[in-house]
Amino acid sequence: EYEPSHIYLNRAVSAGAAAVVSARTYADFTNEATFEIKKCDTFKLDEGPATQVVMTRDEGLQYYRTMQTMRRMELKADQLYKQKIIRGFCHLYDGQEACAVGIEAAINLSDHLITAYRAHGYTYTRGGTVKKIMAELTGRRGGIAKGKGGSMHMYCKHFYGGNGIVGAQVPLGAGVALACKYQGNSELCVCLYGDGAANQGQIFETYNMAALWKLPVIFICENNGYGMGTSVERAAASTDYFKRGEFIPGVRVDGMDVLCVREASRFAADYCRSGKGPILMELQTYRYHGHSMSDPGVSYRTREEIQEVRSKSDPISMLKDRMLSNNMASVEELKEIDVEVRKEIEDAAQFATTDPEPPLEDLCNHIFHNNPPLEVRGTNPWSKLKSVS
Amino acid sequence: IQAQFNVTVRDALNQAMDEELERDERVFLLGEEVAQYDGAYKVSRGLWKKYGDKRIIDTPISEMGFAGIAVGAAMAGLRPICEFMTFNFSMQAIDQVINSAAKTCYMSAGLQAVPIVFRGPNGASAGVAAQHSQCFAAWYAHCPGLKVVSPWNSEDAKGLLKSSIRDDNPVVFLENELLYGVPFEMSEEAQSKDFTIPIGKAKVERAGSHITLVSHSRYVGHCLDAAAVLAKEGIECEVINLRTIRPMDVESIEASVMKTNHLVTVEGGWPQFGVGAEICARIMEGSAFNYLDSPVTRVTGVDIPMPYAKILEDHSLPQIKDIIFSVKKTLNV
Repeated sequence: EYEPSHIYLNRAVSAGAAAVVSARTYADFTNEATFEIKKCDTFKLDEGPATQVVMTRDEGLQYYRTMQTMRRMELKADQLYKQKIIRGFCHLYDGQEACAVGIEAAINLSDHLITAYRAHGYTYTRGGTVKKIMAELTGRRGGIAKGKGGSMHMYCKHFYGGNGIVGAQVPLGAGVALACKYQGNSELCVCLYGDGAANQGQIFETYNMAALWKLPVIFICENNGYGMGTSVERAAASTDYFKRGEFIPGVRVDGMDVLCVREASRFAADYCRSGKGPILMELQTYRYHGHSMSDPGVSYRTREEIQEVRSKSDPISMLKDRMLSNNMASVEELKEIDVEVRKEIEDAAQFATTDPEPPLEDLCNHIFHNNPPLEVRGTNPWSKLKSVS
Repeated sequence: IQAQFNVTVRDALNQAMDEELERDERVFLLGEEVAQYDGAYKVSRGLWKKYGDKRIIDTPISEMGFAGIAVGAAMAGLRPICEFMTFNFSMQAIDQVINSAAKTCYMSAGLQAVPIVFRGPNGASAGVAAQHSQCFAAWYAHCPGLKVVSPWNSEDAKGLLKSSIRDDNPVVFLENELLYGVPFEMSEEAQSKDFTIPIGKAKVERAGSHITLVSHSRYVGHCLDAAAVLAKEGIECEVINLRTIRPMDVESIEASVMKTNHLVTVEGGWPQFGVGAEICARIMEGSAFNYLDSPVTRVTGVDIPMPYAKILEDHSLPQIKDIIFSVKKTLNV
């Protein structure tokens, strides 16, 4: 279960917050503005996503809040990891927020999404709460997977994880799309992978079948420039990831601009839903952290590069500047959102560090679905453990 | 007296799939040559003609890709039957079977079920040499989150495949190519569209008091043939057909051993870390150990890649005389 308290349709929240915070009335702000965004490179397409887009004040506030929540959540995870409260693998998403938020803004919760291991952000945009995500990272019973999955294995409705094996999620995503087509429900599947995974053979097998069978899948390559410690130039004979689908049309998108991502995703979703088959999007984005918490992230790229992206292309700063310079929000209002977000993260972290670990009785549960109870061998022959569905 | 029909294993599998496709529109079959070719081994004969492109899907030669697609479809609410032309090719896709299918229910704490059946011929055929002859029972049965089923006769094939398709969890269904064409009596009960055999329960095919033979798939037949020969010498073998490798019905083996005091396991797979090895370990750990009058004997395939020449191939797999020899050695007669 999840509590989608931040669904984009929930306009009352942001309007209410603005009314409380600001001395200025609601009518003082510009309700919507038109923005010029970067033109996307296209491949095998006669036209691409629009370059003039409209964003409303409500949308802007929602995108801001969501991205800020994701940012602070990941930074808190960094902190908890360094305190050894989070263990194992932890792949952080800060820097890439515009991708998850822009995509979700263009699709419905009734659509489907699957990604790889850098998944905390998507778990959130798909409906998981910060509390349940953080408690999963700390391995507690209140975690979204009851502490059984960890960072790379979070699931919620129409979100298929969180997948640890690089590239394996791509055939899975096409399979979800096959189910959509089979069931005739006009839903689609957004299927994400990184620039590193883009060289996996199973992805090309999937391109072939998705195109052959016209599956309603949007393949999205989140190109953050590095597959672990290997830059794209050192890994790929062609770094035009949006063209690698060969017979699948592609779009290359500025992944740091939430409006670019949203517009391109809308374009892709329309394409898919019209029954034309799969489409490929490459989002050019950047991760501030290393590959994972055990990678400082500065042995294969310079601190100057990271700093330059932060100062010139940060997705949250970009959105903030746009809203302020178009009189769509006030500095105080956005600060108030920051304060609320910080509190939400703090509360979630508090929960995640105090909630108990799963009970030992849960050790062998959930091996099967809808199955009679069974006995599981423990570490020694006298240890007979119980497993229920 | 029930009417008996002779049905080949192939036709039994075909019936099972036909009935389950008809019963539940979420069930579909995908794999290489399953549709227009009627199946590489004709197991899916007639199904495409009856159900069409939507439900019987020919795939390109992309095991990892189509196995992953099948798993994704299962996650999103369908009930796929994913055919591997032989389980040797499943090695290309084994990551999807284990990491995407088997482990997901557990990793998601029960949120995400994967109701999928992976089926196809397993183990040795005839003259197909090393890369096409491996038995994967031990590999798949090693992994929690999977059920591994290995039918012998037509009733097994039909009842177990129907149960596997109705199961909400990933099932690896190991058929045997050499058995496809073999006819077996099938009771009238087994002709029913609701006939299922429970996964996880072994069957005593032949009662006996001197020694227990445990086997799965094709070698159940070999055990019964050996038992017939041994009976003439006054040795009565109890033959157990495992039917399911995982979860293994150890209780049935133990009950038998407590009666006969001797145990021989028979399999086509290699000896090391195999099905027989597991049975030995489980017997030692359980109540039946004290009833053994001699150590358990394993009869297995020879520990080599499968050779091609017929004389070599014949000597790479358990023959009836090997079973007879092993029984007598175990009984010390």
